[in-house]
Amino acid sequence: MSDPTNDATEPADALVQPASPVLRDLLSRFAGRVLAVSEHRGDATAIVDRAALLEVGRHLRDDAACAFDMLLDVTAVDYLGRRPRFEVVYHLLSIDRNDRVRIKVPLEEEDLVIPSVVPIWAGADWLERETFDLYGVRFDGHPNLKRIYLYEEFEGHPLRKDYPKEKRQPLIGPGAVRRDPMNDDLTR
Amino acid sequence: MSTSTTEGFLHADGRPGATEGRDSFFTSRLDDALAWARKYAFFQYPFVTACCGMEYMSVTGPRFDTDRFGMTLPRFTPRQSDLMLVVGTITHRQAPVLRRVWEQMSDPKWVMSFGNCTNTGGPYDNYAVVQGIDTIIPVDIYIPGCPPRPEAVIDGLLKLQERLARERPGRPVENIHGKLTAGEFARGVQGRIVPGTVPIHRDHD
Repeated sequence: MSDPTNDATEPADALVQPASPVLRDLLSRFAGRVLAVSEHRGDATAIVDRAALLEVGRHLRDDAACAFDMLLDVTAVDYLGRRPRFEVVYHLLSIDRNDRVRIKVPLEEEDLVIPSVVPIWAGADWLERETFDLYGVRFDGHPNLKRIYLYEEFEGHPLRKDYPKEKRQPLIGPGAVRRDPMNDDLTR
Repeated sequence: MSTSTTEGFLHADGRPGATEGRDSFFTSRLDDALAWARKYAFFQYPFVTACCGMEYMSVTGPRFDTDRFGMTLPRFTPRQSDLMLVVGTITHRQAPVLRRVWEQMSDPKWVMSFGNCTNTGGPYDNYAVVQGIDTIIPVDIYIPGCPPRPEAVIDGLLKLQERLARERPGRPVENIHGKLTAGEFARGVQGRIVPGTVPIHRDHD
């Protein structure tokens, strides 16, 4: 397996077919675009090429044998020092089949753009905004890509590993570099 | 005013009343009356943001019942309240809102910082959390704890009341004409009191 994040003790025998029928299905159907799969204590993970994400997602949702109708979470991981540096992670749940699968998409820092899956799972809206807010991943085609937790004036993305731990960007109070936007409204 | 009228007079806290000096007699009585009224009639505004809110509900509920000590009905508009309880973590994003709400409260007003997050930022020493609300608004009493025990909140409330009892809301008065004496303040409309007169009662701003 090519995923360097996998546990080193895990058997890396590509010939062993995964136990998960979903992973087997993905490997056969999207050969070359599903870059790797792994299983760990029943958790199935597929690493997918960015160009195939929407196609894979649509298949996972609509295929009767997959039926992953619920997107539980979208997040990202910053593997600082590794290339590609970032990974966007999708957690999927099939309510009917009581099955889960994880999709990971590696992204280079210089090209931190990924297609939005809002057309597939509408619930991705705020999850993708959160990932954009905290990691700076841009979701192409998102209907309203703006910060969701932090304020508009915030510079940078604090969950990146190279965000300075001590850096503060207060809106008011000591160290504030900006004027209070609410008081500004009062003076108008 | 003869000396005999002062006999038997007691301050609200039980001290014997003043026996000489007209102004001092009258104003100390007014001070005490105002302080007494204030300290047993807190109209609280709960600014609740996090898990300390559960403790707030507990301490104001029937079991611990801050109503016994004069911290009565919560007012959910700052304009009707004089004691703001900041309960829970305050983020930088929320800081301007907290400041704005505090500004909307009319004087006299007090702030109780409820819990470690509000006091210092607590465990959240990071990009998001204000490291103590006293960097934004003046705080009168700090309640430590994560969350504070109800007894700690009641203790803090009593300490705040002790402080209020020492304040002299009726005495030093300042307006655009300068300071008024206590007697002028007490005589009210016949004196030099003008609209906009504000008793000075805070020692930290």
